[in-house]
Amino acid sequence: MKKIILVLSLICLASPAMAGKLVLKGSTTVLPIAQKATEAYMALHPDTVITLSGGGSGNGIKAIIDGTATIGNSSRFIKDKEVKQAVDQNAYPVPHRIAIDCIVPIIHKNNPVSDLSKEKLRDIYTGKITNWKDVGGPDMKIVVISRDSSSGTFDAWKELVLDGERVTPAALTQPSNGGLVTQISGTKGAIGYIALGYINTDVKVVSVDGIKGSEQTAKNGRYTISRPLFMFTAGWPEGETLDFINFILSPKGQALVKEAGSITLY
Amino acid sequence: MRRNEYLIKAFFFLTACVSVTILALIMIFLVKEGAPILSHVTLKEFLFGQYWYPTDDPVAFGIFPLIVGTVSVTLISTLVSVPLGVMTAVYIAEIATDNLAAIIKPLVELIAAIPSVVIGFFGMVVVSPFLQDTFGVPTGLNLFNASLMLAFMATPTICSVTEDAIRSVPESLKEASLALGATHLETIFKVTVPAAISGISTAIILGMSRAVGETMVVLMVAGGAAMNPHSLFDPVRPMPASIAAEMGEAAFGSEHYNALFATGVVLFLFTLGFNLFAAWIAGRYNRK
Repeated sequence: MKKIILVLSLICLASPAMAGKLVLKGSTTVLPIAQKATEAYMALHPDTVITLSGGGSGNGIKAIIDGTATIGNSSRFIKDKEVKQAVDQNAYPVPHRIAIDCIVPIIHKNNPVSDLSKEKLRDIYTGKITNWKDVGGPDMKIVVISRDSSSGTFDAWKELVLDGERVTPAALTQPSNGGLVTQISGTKGAIGYIALGYINTDVKVVSVDGIKGSEQTAKNGRYTISRPLFMFTAGWPEGETLDFINFILSPKGQALVKEAGSITLY
Repeated sequence: MRRNEYLIKAFFFLTACVSVTILALIMIFLVKEGAPILSHVTLKEFLFGQYWYPTDDPVAFGIFPLIVGTVSVTLISTLVSVPLGVMTAVYIAEIATDNLAAIIKPLVELIAAIPSVVIGFFGMVVVSPFLQDTFGVPTGLNLFNASLMLAFMATPTICSVTEDAIRSVPESLKEASLALGATHLETIFKVTVPAAISGISTAIILGMSRAVGETMVVLMVAGGAAMNPHSLFDPVRPMPASIAAEMGEAAFGSEHYNALFATGVVLFLFTLGFNLFAAWIAGRYNRK
């Protein structure tokens, strides 16, 4: 009898720790933010166990619908089809805007081009325009550099600039943001794109349709190559999940958003 | 005493079994993870498809440009590394004085000890700007740069295997040639090298299989464009680079994941082919 009481009390003691378990899944764009946030959150709440994985926005939303994750990270809003699926399964997806993603085109420092329209950018990336002289620059071949197809930045670029069209097969690819900046700073005819947080003085940022991508223009919506990043929950978050979302939205969490290279909400 | 010997034999047998089993398991795993892609595309579309858009909508899983990338960097690097490796070996084995050979040989072998990421970095920050400035090419990360770096890596392999082959040519053959009045150089190129040709072929194929499977260098300096190159200075995307760049982000069990494993199977068949060919040539050589 004593043993049973002991076991029961142990279970009672253990249960608060058991409740503190979060599973995050989804977009690779949100991943760096989620990574920093989970690390900081677990440091504050040592009892909480958080597992974090990528897999893409679609998988993140799917995971909260079928209950395999508590939070689904997504770099896009939920689609109508997914809402219907969720409601059919009695899960009501709730979006939480946690950050803004802003992507800017960058070129070599000595390139005189300073503005490109979205159409021109699209034509460059689909391979219709191949020389800088067609967009008001010198007679020089355009070296199109893209990110690898699995990168979240690539995803956003494709959606916001290419309208879903394919990037030309002649585009060079870079596995990392750092490599991209190095390559562009050393290649005269190069053009690439990068999240705002990663630019440095070695490269030149091109404005799009006359508007330069910055924290301000992304926040007020005038710069169009930007998008909100979401964390979805099934139903209004409670307990630990609510705590976690509140943490990301707090000034401390938003500082981590900035560290991860994205733009804060406020 | 006898029992000890038996135990030792058993131990070595087990060790041999472990490596063979691991190889078999890797093969099974590769095929198991790669085969499901054939339910999305036909084998012909996969191998000869011109477009590699693994995450687009609609997707395209054609690895032909990647195969062309691998074949082209391998061939061009062979064109560079074979003369370099074979001639260095001839020099070390036949021409250089013993003292000089004792310095050059370890130096050449030291190249093999340079980590591939260092060679890749060298290609990125030194060779690439050099190519851009000298030849005026739009980008220095291209087929030529990658081939050059791979040649650099394959040369020590080719050199040391060739040297062994040349050294194993019987002294009597050379003496006979010299006795007939041939000069030293005539002896080298008309007697010694032809006599060692099987060994040299093995060296070349081993060097090529080194280039086929090399990942880091091609990931860093080949440019990564999934298209068939039209010139020596066009960027390419060899198979290992594609696998390395995309595997980290491909969702587990997705079509993309399967396609990358299937690419791995193709790559494995390439290197397996090279190694079998090398073994076959070496076997012929030994029978003679």
